[in-house]
Amino acid sequence: MSIPSGRRVVVTGAGVLSALGSNSAECWSALCEGRSGIAPIQSVDMAGLRFQNGAEARSFRAGDHFEASRCDLIDRFAQFAVVAARQAVTEAGLDLSGSARAKTAVITGTSMGGQTSLDRGFVAIYKEGKPRPHPFTIPLTMYNAGASQISMDLGITGPAFTISTACASATHAIGQAFWMVRSGAVEAALCGGSEAPFSPGILRAWEAMRVVTPDVCRPFSRDRRGLTLGEGGAMLVLEPAERAMARGARIMGEVLGFGMSSDASHVTQPSVEGPTAAMAAALNDAQMEPTSVDYINAHGTGTPANDAIETRAIRQLFGAHAGKLAISSTKSMHGHALGAAGALEAFATLMALRESVLPPTISFSEADPECDLDVIPNTPRHRQIEFALSNSFAFGGLNAVLAFRRWEGSSAAK
Amino acid sequence: MDESLAAKIIAEVAAVKRIPLESITIDSTFEELAMDSLDAMNLLFSLEEHFGISIPDEAANSIKDIRSAVAGVARILAEKESAQG
Repeated sequence: MSIPSGRRVVVTGAGVLSALGSNSAECWSALCEGRSGIAPIQSVDMAGLRFQNGAEARSFRAGDHFEASRCDLIDRFAQFAVVAARQAVTEAGLDLSGSARAKTAVITGTSMGGQTSLDRGFVAIYKEGKPRPHPFTIPLTMYNAGASQISMDLGITGPAFTISTACASATHAIGQAFWMVRSGAVEAALCGGSEAPFSPGILRAWEAMRVVTPDVCRPFSRDRRGLTLGEGGAMLVLEPAERAMARGARIMGEVLGFGMSSDASHVTQPSVEGPTAAMAAALNDAQMEPTSVDYINAHGTGTPANDAIETRAIRQLFGAHAGKLAISSTKSMHGHALGAAGALEAFATLMALRESVLPPTISFSEADPECDLDVIPNTPRHRQIEFALSNSFAFGGLNAVLAFRRWEGSSAAK
Repeated sequence: MDESLAAKIIAEVAAVKRIPLESITIDSTFEELAMDSLDAMNLLFSLEEHFGISIPDEAANSIKDIRSAVAGVARILAEKESAQG
């Protein structure tokens, strides 16, 4: 086992927007009470589609956060990124003045970027017969718009880039940020993901894939029929533990390790080996034994294939300890927010560690022998835990896993 | 069994999977034809386009071979016809 060297890294702030609320407090309150954000989609005409439900961030209004002229220049996915980043910086009390600006990184994840803006541009061309789309279409659509808009908004001049690995984007982004802070490459990082996939073209493309449930997402339940698409964004502030303690920051939890792997097999059918290898790599990076893990925030999309394969991967890696793990899929509440999913779930995992409440897998109706794990069905569980993983497995077979530890003194008993 | 419908569906499978028509019979299963989940999804899309129908997920899940594809499409076409009355 290789020993990673470097500094301890902690999370000192989070910004979150999703179907569950417009800030971290609202989102956590829904997660720890097992409230669903899934409802009939309102922002798109759903006539003729095989599914009607989604997890829309209905409380989000761009005009509450941006001047009207700036709204036109930022796609909804990048708006989520900026607002979540502002919230995270405020919560962390992060200093972004003077030389700190150049020593802070911005790493964002997104699966589809500003494709809703591109969809709108193509309607103008192909349907309305216009000669060209709106001139802002390119800056609205580009995948790095989230990272760029955050750096402009907050004056951060350090490394800024975007990772797009479908449903693992945010987890890959947080992992890279963790490594950069741990190694000393930067002194702080804003990292996470955002997604806004509700446009007619994108929803119909998802429909054609036949992975979206006509019902609601029911991860690990025998009657699960697919995922429910969600939108939102979450950003975390990462910094060295020593610095955070020295400035008296409130620490949410410690990032202990990060692991990645690639299935190298099939573009949509997941493998057991890839996710197993990514979880093992995260544990190795964290210098943790599998038996020390208490909780896993599962990828748990609610598709028949993912949940059965993820169960087999967990059983393969953890052996007998798999029976002692508490596992849940918070996608049952905030939906599958694609490139934002890993960040929403990292937030849920960090809060579970800090608050000693494990969010449940809601809408669970019937045990499935192929998913024979303790998936915290329907009811949140009050339990203090020490170590947790957050899994993200993407279409294309790209897997990313983060390992977190509870930070002593960060408990609810404050 | 509607022979002409079966022939049309076999032709769609050959086109989607890019294999010779002769390699497919009415008794072929998707497994024998090495069709994975993505190929199946692609075939459903082609059948919907070709026949101007919508194949719901429940019906799609039961299509695992040429016979079930022919039966499924025949049923949806019949429903469509009776609805148009």
